[in-house]
Amino acid sequence: MRIKILIRLKSQILEPQGKVIEKSLSNLGLSNLTNIRQGKLIELDISDKLSEVEKNDLITSACKKLLVNEIIEEYEVLG
Amino acid sequence: MSFKSAVITFPGSNCDRDALVYLKILTNGEVFNIWHEETSLPNVDLVIIPGGFSFGDYLRSGAMAAKSNIISDLINHSEKGGYILGICNGFQILSEIGLLKGALIQNNKLKFLGKSCFIKKKYKNNFNKSINHDQILEIPVAHNEGNFYCDSDNLKYLHDNELIAFEYCEGKYSNSEANINGSIDNVAGITNENKNILGMMPHPERAFQDFHKSQDGKLILDSILS
Repeated sequence: MRIKILIRLKSQILEPQGKVIEKSLSNLGLSNLTNIRQGKLIELDISDKLSEVEKNDLITSACKKLLVNEIIEEYEVLG
Repeated sequence: MSFKSAVITFPGSNCDRDALVYLKILTNGEVFNIWHEETSLPNVDLVIIPGGFSFGDYLRSGAMAAKSNIISDLINHSEKGGYILGICNGFQILSEIGLLKGALIQNNKLKFLGKSCFIKKKYKNNFNKSINHDQILEIPVAHNEGNFYCDSDNLKYLHDNELIAFEYCEGKYSNSEANINGSIDNVAGITNENKNILGMMPHPERAFQDFHKSQDGKLILDSILS
């Protein structure tokens, strides 16, 4: 099973790349696009032999132990 | 008894040699270079986690290095009260391990900063005790992710427990503003609660020899040795 994990900086943390992207889009005449924030996407395969609970536990461990720094980031798992 | 120290090298470390020379010249003691895949550290007084781009800064700066084999013995060393100095990427690694509070995020102006910066000590500890209050140190920085962040509770904790070792300040030239990278409260370096671990973004190992622009980096090792 393919899993997508979206990782974004917490909303209270300045995400300067989004600000620059917003300015560049505006320079291209593409206005009305605001509050842009850039994050990251991690895709991975998880064994279908695992139960739903085991899958959840494994993904949570992977996120908390390595993929996400919860001091600055939050994540969302998309099945 | 002579002072013993070690520098851990990760793939992508690029200030490990400078750190080794800094220790060899200033401590006059035995200095070990330890590869990250080792599982134990020699019995030393100080471990430097050097600057660079460990594991190519993949995922987040310091994230991969924080999971290296050697880290469990680094934690043992810290629990025994041994000194740890994390410089630049070393600071990021110590934050990722969780030995220091907060995190280092991208500089607020999106620029890699490679220049002299000015810092002064905030609260006294074993890493800055040879430095006078209001003495301004000129030390180079070279980083893209040096913007120190923590939430307001942790910031209060850092102040209440006097864990902020260094803060950026205005210097005699070049810095038109004190805060070069967006760090919360101008933080340039912090310690842990026991004050035996310091993480700092500026590079003292690039400021101690006669051919360096400044020799102020000596003061940090002098503080540990005194």
